[in-house]
Amino acid sequence: MSYIKKLLPHEFNNWQNKRPLLGQLDIELTERCNNACLHCCINLPEDDAASRDREMNTDFVKDVLSQAAGLGCLTVRFTGGEPLLREDFAELYEFARRMGMQVILFTNACLVTPELAVLLARIPPGRVLEVSVYGMRPESYDRAVGRKGAFEEFRRGVSLLEEHRIPFIVKAALLPLWKEELAEFESWARTILHMDKMPGYSMNFNLRSRRDNAAKNATIAGLRATPEETVSMLLRNPHFLEELKQFCRKFMGSSGDRLFSCGAGHGACIDAYGKVQMCLLLKNPATVVDLREVTLKTVLTEVFPAMRESSVATNPDYLRRCARCFLKGLCEQCPAKSWMENGTLDTPVEYLCAVAHAQGRHLGLLGDNENAWDVAGSGARHSG
Amino acid sequence: MELTLDMKYAPSEDVVARVIEDELIIVPLVAGIGDMEDELYTMNETGKAVWSRLDGEKTLRMIADDLAATFEAPPGIIEKDVLGLIEELVRRKIVVVR
Repeated sequence: MSYIKKLLPHEFNNWQNKRPLLGQLDIELTERCNNACLHCCINLPEDDAASRDREMNTDFVKDVLSQAAGLGCLTVRFTGGEPLLREDFAELYEFARRMGMQVILFTNACLVTPELAVLLARIPPGRVLEVSVYGMRPESYDRAVGRKGAFEEFRRGVSLLEEHRIPFIVKAALLPLWKEELAEFESWARTILHMDKMPGYSMNFNLRSRRDNAAKNATIAGLRATPEETVSMLLRNPHFLEELKQFCRKFMGSSGDRLFSCGAGHGACIDAYGKVQMCLLLKNPATVVDLREVTLKTVLTEVFPAMRESSVATNPDYLRRCARCFLKGLCEQCPAKSWMENGTLDTPVEYLCAVAHAQGRHLGLLGDNENAWDVAGSGARHSG
Repeated sequence: MELTLDMKYAPSEDVVARVIEDELIIVPLVAGIGDMEDELYTMNETGKAVWSRLDGEKTLRMIADDLAATFEAPPGIIEKDVLGLIEELVRRKIVVVR
């Protein structure tokens, strides 16, 4: 007879019908970054004093973590910007761990110091670190992140993680300027202990999440993979096609006029300034709540459910297309992407629509000139 | 070290115990407790009853007696349960001897 049972965090969140009110909390510790990546939707300069002055202070973040723990939260994801830019990162990290939360850390690894590596080894995060990669050579990496010497810092940071046996995985922002280094990247990724599958790639880059820089948006749009490139990248994963077919059997079908058919608002994301967002990307001021005015519990039990319930699409173009589109499960269209791209929550994102259609055509779900929203009786197409 | 009912145990400082939705969840803080990085532990009702009494002051026998009285159960069975649980917790480094 065993008296204790091993449990993984996601198992607890669905275990014996006892889902805690908050399974995971996301916290953007800062929007500032030591890098200035060409494709990034959020980064502000490292020395942006106005942003730094508005950021949550240490006590505020600790209070948020305490509130989250009180709601049953087992996992906190620290992201940014670059979370390691914060001078109090180590303090916040240890606080979260001692509250009994596991920590997911999104980082570029450039700012990993020997002291931080020792801390992460002494008190492991409980989850693998996720390190973003922007090239395999100094020339490409430094160009992608907009500063000289960054590649060396990145390699030094990764070496410290390896030296201290801190579990991490790598993922990549696939920019055109380092596509030729892809094989080298994947070969290196295979040598990393915790990489048990192919690295994840971002290539359908988001526009600026605060809609704050039109010039940068133009640059980002120019760096995106085309729909055809996206499909061929996805096909590099030998399991992709089968996984996608299985996914389609479960999740295809139109969502109607309900805007939040996703998980937005079931969890919470705290931005760098103490506002709660329904998801990491949705920064539309009309959908965020200031944690200085309400508790996290109120947001999760009253504010977000009401927003989810009352938010319906009214844009005729959305209602004609997205609301009726059976490729919904393949498409990244969502209120956040619509906001970033168009400034409303319910405008079709043409780029994402094209990417989803390219995948649908590759799977044989659509003819060359068909639009997914025009397909009547689409159930037969994706259930086989 | 042989486990006996005269020993005293307390939760290790290397774990954090949390009660979420009436479930006791043990979150490891240091490496070497779980087999995987993200492993957590939970306990059955017997485990929870014992855990709540582990304060480093009471012997395992005192805890077993308390449980036997509380649940009106035969002391022999309770003692076996207490020793069985503590053995597992010691092996996982979730409790420490005092």
